[in-house]
Amino acid sequence: MIVAELKEISEIRRMIDRYSSILVVGCDSCVAECAAGGRRETMLLAAALKLSYAKDDKQHTITESCLDRQCVDDFIEGIAHLVPEHDVLLSLGCGAGVQALARVYTDKPIIPALDTLFIGETEMRGVWQENCLGCGQCKLGYFGAVCPVTRCSKKLMNGPCGGSKDGHCEVRPDIPCGWDMIIRRLDTLGELDRLNEYVPPVDWSTSHSGGPRRVVREDQKP
Amino acid sequence: MKTESRLEKVLAAGHFAVTAECGPPKGSDLAVLEKKGKALLGYIDSVNVTDNQTAIVRMSSVAACSILKAMGHEPVLQMVTRDRNRIALQSDLFGAYALGIRTVLCLTGDHQTFGNQKEAVGVFDLDSIQLVRTVREMRDNGRIIGGEPIQGPPKMFIGAAENPFADPVSWRVVRLAKKLQAGADFIQTQCIYNVDRFEQFMRQAVDMGVTEKLYILAGITPIKTAGMAKYMANKVAGMDVPESLIQRVAGVPKEKQAAEGIKIAVETIQQVREMKGVAGIHLMAIEWEERVPEILEAAGLAKRPQV
Repeated sequence: MIVAELKEISEIRRMIDRYSSILVVGCDSCVAECAAGGRRETMLLAAALKLSYAKDDKQHTITESCLDRQCVDDFIEGIAHLVPEHDVLLSLGCGAGVQALARVYTDKPIIPALDTLFIGETEMRGVWQENCLGCGQCKLGYFGAVCPVTRCSKKLMNGPCGGSKDGHCEVRPDIPCGWDMIIRRLDTLGELDRLNEYVPPVDWSTSHSGGPRRVVREDQKP
Repeated sequence: MKTESRLEKVLAAGHFAVTAECGPPKGSDLAVLEKKGKALLGYIDSVNVTDNQTAIVRMSSVAACSILKAMGHEPVLQMVTRDRNRIALQSDLFGAYALGIRTVLCLTGDHQTFGNQKEAVGVFDLDSIQLVRTVREMRDNGRIIGGEPIQGPPKMFIGAAENPFADPVSWRVVRLAKKLQAGADFIQTQCIYNVDRFEQFMRQAVDMGVTEKLYILAGITPIKTAGMAKYMANKVAGMDVPESLIQRVAGVPKEKQAAEGIKIAVETIQQVREMKGVAGIHLMAIEWEERVPEILEAAGLAKRPQV
C-alpha cells in the first residue's frame, strides 16, 4: 500500500487560507490503513481546521466527505454533487488521489493535506515500513524476498557496503542493514549460493528514470 | 603487465608497496594541494586521491590527480558511485586516462547524509563491484556498458576497497572474492586498529586462494589524539577501534598523543608486513599528509623501489 503522513496544519492553512469554502476529501484505502487519510482522519482534520479558523476569528465553510478510493474515477464521481458549492478540494489522498481529483474536477484547485511517502507494509500497529520502490523489474526471487533496491540505503546489488555494523545501516542505527537481512534470510533458506553470482547494473529505464509509467491493457478496457 | 600503472609494476615485481591518501582541498586552492603533494613526493609509490570523501564537497579527484601527476606523482584515482551515474563515470574514466591516470580505485562512497550536502540525491546507479567490472570491460574488451566499442580504451589498474571489520563477518571474504571475480587487481582495506581481527580476515583470504590473484594493501591511519580515536570508534561507519588502543593514547599527556599515535601506526605496519598475503600498505593520514615521511622512515619503508 501507499504510506502517507498528514502535513502540519500550518502548512495546510498557508495553502487554503485564500478560499472561503473548503471540501475535505478523504480516501478510505491505503491512507486509511496507515491512519493518515481515512474516514476517521478526514473527520479529525475537518474538526481541526474549523477550530483553527474559529481561533483566528475567520469564517470558512468546511465540509467533509470520504471516498472509498480517491484514485479511481468511479469512486471520485461520488462527490460530484458537493464539488460545485466549494472553492477548493483539500485531499487526504496520496499523490495519485490528489492528481486524479484534479483530472476529474478540472475547474477546481486541489490541495494536498498529506505528504505521500512510500510503498510499504504495516509491520505492526503504528509502524509502517517502506519495502518497494516500484523499479519495474522485481528481483525479490534472487534476494530471499528482501529488496536490495529499497532496503539498502545505497541500492547495492552485490552485497553489503563497509558501513554495515551489528545488522544496522551506516545511515542511521534505526535502519536495519538490508544486506544483513538478505544474507540472514538466504542463510536460513540454505540459498546463500544465490549471492555468488555477479549482478549486472540495474536497468533503471523501467523505473521512474524512464519517465512517468503507464500500463495500458486492451483486454481490460470497456 | 595489464597496464602502465606504476603501482602494478611495483606489486608485480614483488616489492612491498606504499601508497598514501591525499584529500583535495575544499575549494580551488592549488597551493594546498601542492603542499600536500610535495610532502609525499619520493616517499610513496602512488598517491591516492579521494573523491569527495565522507560526502564533503571538495576539488574533483580527476583534477587533483592530474595536478599531482604534473608534480611527478603516480596518482590513484578514487571514484565513488554515489555522485555520478554510469554516463558520467565512464566519461570521467576516458578523461582521466587521457590525462595520464593509470590506476583507479572503485568505491560506492559514504552515504550523502554524512557530508555537507545532506539533501542531495544519492545516485548509486552502479555499485562499486559493477564499477570494477565496467573498468575491466573497458580495459580487456574495449567496451562500455551495453557493449559499444571505445575509441582508445582506458587501460586502468583496478582497485577496490574492503572492510575486514564490517558485518556480517562471514560475508566479508565472500565479497572480496566477488570483487576479484569482477576484475579487481588490488584491494585497499579499511583502517586497521584491531590487528587480530585483520589477521583472521587475511588468513581466511589466503585459505580461499584470493591473495594469489589479488594484491592486498593494508589500510593504516595514524591516530592524532585520544579524541580522534574515540570519534572513530563511535562515529565513523565500519570502524573497529579496540578500547585498549584508545586507553593507550589517552594514557599519555595530550602533547605526546600524536607521537604515540604514530608509534602505533608504525607498529601496525610492522605487524601487517609479517602477515601472509599482505602486499603493501595504504597510509591514510587524514589532513596529516606531512607526517607520512616520518612514519615511513620509522617503518623502514621510506625508500621506494625503481621500476
